[in-house]
Amino acid sequence: MMEAGRHPNINLLAYSEVKSVKGKAGDFTVKVIKKARYVNETECTACGKCFEKCPKKVPNEFDMGHGMRKAIYLHFPQGIPAIATIDKDNCFYFSTGKCRVCEKFCEKKAIDFDQKDELITLRSGAIVVATGFDVYDPTHLTQYGYGKYKNVITALEYERLICAFGPKKGELKRPSDEKHAEVLGYIQCVGSRSLKDNRYCSSVCCMHATKEAMLAKEHDPKAKSYIFYTDFRAVGKGFQKYIKRGEEDYGIKYIRSRVAEITEDEEKNPIIWYEDTVSRSVKRKKVDLVVLATTLVPRKDAPALAKVLGIELDDCGFFNTDPFTPTDTTKKGIFVCGYCQGPLDIPESVAQASAAAERAADVILAGSLCSQER
Amino acid sequence: MNELRIGVFVCNCGTNIGGFIDVPAVAEYAKTLKGVVFAQTNLFSCSESGTTSIKEAIRENNLNRVVVAACTPLTHEPTFRAACMEEGLNQFLFEFVNIREHCSWVHMQQKELATEKAKELVRMGVARAAFLETGEMTDVDVIPSALVLGGGISGITAATALGGIGIKTILVEKEKKLGGILKDLYKLYPTGEDASKFLDKKIKSLMKFKNVEIITSTEIKTIEGYIGNYTVTVKKGEKEKEYKVGSIVLATGAVSYEPDKSKGKDFFNFDGKKIISQFQLENKLKKGAIKEKNIVMILCAGSRTPERIYCSRICCMTSIKNALLIKKANKDTEVTIVYRDLQTYGTDYEEELRKSKQAGIRFIRYNEVKPPTVDTKKKSVMVYHELLGRDIELPYDLVVLATPLVSHADVENISQKLKVPVDEHGFFLEAHVKLRPLEFATDGIFLCGCAHWPADITESISQALGAASKAAIPLLMGKVTVEPIISYVDEDKCSGCGICEENCPYGAIKKDPEKKKATVTAVICKGCGICATNCPEQAISIKHYKPEQVFAQLEAAFKEE
Repeated sequence: MMEAGRHPNINLLAYSEVKSVKGKAGDFTVKVIKKARYVNETECTACGKCFEKCPKKVPNEFDMGHGMRKAIYLHFPQGIPAIATIDKDNCFYFSTGKCRVCEKFCEKKAIDFDQKDELITLRSGAIVVATGFDVYDPTHLTQYGYGKYKNVITALEYERLICAFGPKKGELKRPSDEKHAEVLGYIQCVGSRSLKDNRYCSSVCCMHATKEAMLAKEHDPKAKSYIFYTDFRAVGKGFQKYIKRGEEDYGIKYIRSRVAEITEDEEKNPIIWYEDTVSRSVKRKKVDLVVLATTLVPRKDAPALAKVLGIELDDCGFFNTDPFTPTDTTKKGIFVCGYCQGPLDIPESVAQASAAAERAADVILAGSLCSQER
Repeated sequence: MNELRIGVFVCNCGTNIGGFIDVPAVAEYAKTLKGVVFAQTNLFSCSESGTTSIKEAIRENNLNRVVVAACTPLTHEPTFRAACMEEGLNQFLFEFVNIREHCSWVHMQQKELATEKAKELVRMGVARAAFLETGEMTDVDVIPSALVLGGGISGITAATALGGIGIKTILVEKEKKLGGILKDLYKLYPTGEDASKFLDKKIKSLMKFKNVEIITSTEIKTIEGYIGNYTVTVKKGEKEKEYKVGSIVLATGAVSYEPDKSKGKDFFNFDGKKIISQFQLENKLKKGAIKEKNIVMILCAGSRTPERIYCSRICCMTSIKNALLIKKANKDTEVTIVYRDLQTYGTDYEEELRKSKQAGIRFIRYNEVKPPTVDTKKKSVMVYHELLGRDIELPYDLVVLATPLVSHADVENISQKLKVPVDEHGFFLEAHVKLRPLEFATDGIFLCGCAHWPADITESISQALGAASKAAIPLLMGKVTVEPIISYVDEDKCSGCGICEENCPYGAIKKDPEKKKATVTAVICKGCGICATNCPEQAISIKHYKPEQVFAQLEAAFKEE
């Protein structure tokens, strides 16, 4: 992020959305709405005075609602560019006409309540789409009790809870009673590999569950982790070794199983009911906290963006590519990389990002080469 | 020397440091240290506001040394160096002290002691800063052409990409023909496309580029040089030829593990006839329809075992693809896949698995503790069925073993010539497993395809395009910038013994045959210091880590001011 933010050839337009794309490969005209932050970008130094003083608290989206932020805020502390933004819908001044506390305390006089959305026109030879994914909401999968039982959370919520600068300052306190979670159950394939929900495999959850279990142990030597899986998918470089380390050094128990239901006892401890497909028996396991590995799904706005760009989606809703031209979309000059084109882990995304950059460079550089024929 | 004016900036890193260390106390302590004229705390030193306040402090206090106590140089050294430079302070007069990874994160439970340690670390950094010297980055010219090593799908793709953006490229293949493993495959998953037609198409589009020279039946004899300036000598039969290139893409691939027939007894009774490898099956399919009526495929044959712990990634899908092809040709043929975990990750592959189940292919899971056995007398595969809780017998007239991809026999040789490392399984080792998957620690050499790790065609193409992109950057920039943190030789002390040359992992230091003294090639040197520690005459030191700089730091570690 820092590297991209610092690169002299990169112009970052954050808090912005593409509205229209016209033209063809080598010559696109792109209209972008740069949304009003109500903060002067060149003046703001992200010193934090305004968020300290702002009287309005809002659940923090970045922490999956497990912590609070203010109506003027940074999306997350290390975000690039580091510029405060006023959340118009929650700001007292915008709703009641009174407050302006942030303005009073801003030493740089960066607050600008009159700022307007800006329409920017860009010209570019090629476009790279790298919009990532959304996390599947498992509420309707009632057997897991998500939304009903406080101590059933998603993997991404877990990441925030255990993060040193997360809402619990890195202490693995479970939501119901702030008790340290010591026995953890990780349920894999929640909403994935299913004809009823998402047909595909998210590809990264087996590994992130293992990592999460390792983190639990590093945070608390007493922690015990149970991973309930279908097929254990560890195909990347060094992954099998990592799993073995998880088993041998971290004492992680991998249980090949189908989880039928999660119930709760009086102390709000989740009870996992599952069929152990190795011993052929129905069993149950009481844990302190359940972590659901929910499917990673196409972004909600993917269809709208596809329409703006004039590209197609595949059957699963990711941006469509041909297996042997993995970064080319269905429109010339528009390329794609990372999870928005289908499940990939970090190294694969990094490699594919370079691939998409190559394809984009090809359009731009090949335009200036007369002697060669494509 | 001018008066020392050191500024110290202690970062809270949100709560990463501030939550465990008394940051204001560390800053106050810093003010008491010799040479320190200014100290402050930052919420995030790396943020815009943090760097702005550092810059202001440099300007207002006329600082000539800057010490930031925060995270790691890896993440933010460039940030703070840039801040110094923007205020006209030489970037090598900046010193980074790590009080996060080296202190707050590892001493979360001992806040007071952690604060004391942070003070000591800052004291050491300040002591070292006093002895820092200015340094300059140097630019080195680049030869604007590339070498692609290996002519499989990865090498072909990389060379086509480089050719397409106008870079003069040399593609070297040791075999007579391009294509690598693809030459021997029947059809490709997940498209069902004919492998040979696909390969022909790829080779044709490569051949279009006049700026790409393809040389087959050729091996690398030597590679000398460094990023921007490699001299490659290739050997074709007895003929040798020299090329100059600026960067290198390594795409030497892997091979399918072929069991030793004489030791077949220990390997599912492999005989290469009725018990064959998946790779052999590809060949068999290529030649015509499969006549056998009962086929059993055993997955993880020779992988995920104690001696070869890794998963070869492509075998599940290869087996499913071939099983589907067999079923399609003759729906009465029984195909059973005996597996451990099915690696049909992602969208398309999961769909293929579903199709194969619908086509009537049978899947039976086995446990590594009770692997299947092949009984050649009964012509049956015996497998312990976990759900039934007993052994079942699968009659066969053909057993197919899904053996893994393994590294080439000559991988050591390539590794030595290029001076790049391989892992325990003989796959090339990238610079960073997550963030730099296509690069080596040595600048100017890039990696893609099965030489890195088993990958299918889609993944190999992605990686090859990516590696081409990385390899093209220095060539298109036209220059490479080199840091001055490198070793230098005091020729008066050097005895010309050559120990440094033997120990240098990058080939950066050599004995000059005429002067009989060690000389350093700045661009290659990474400043690792191995030469300095091995030099019996103490004639070598590392700039920016000179003895006086390091000793000042050490003395400060053991002495209260």
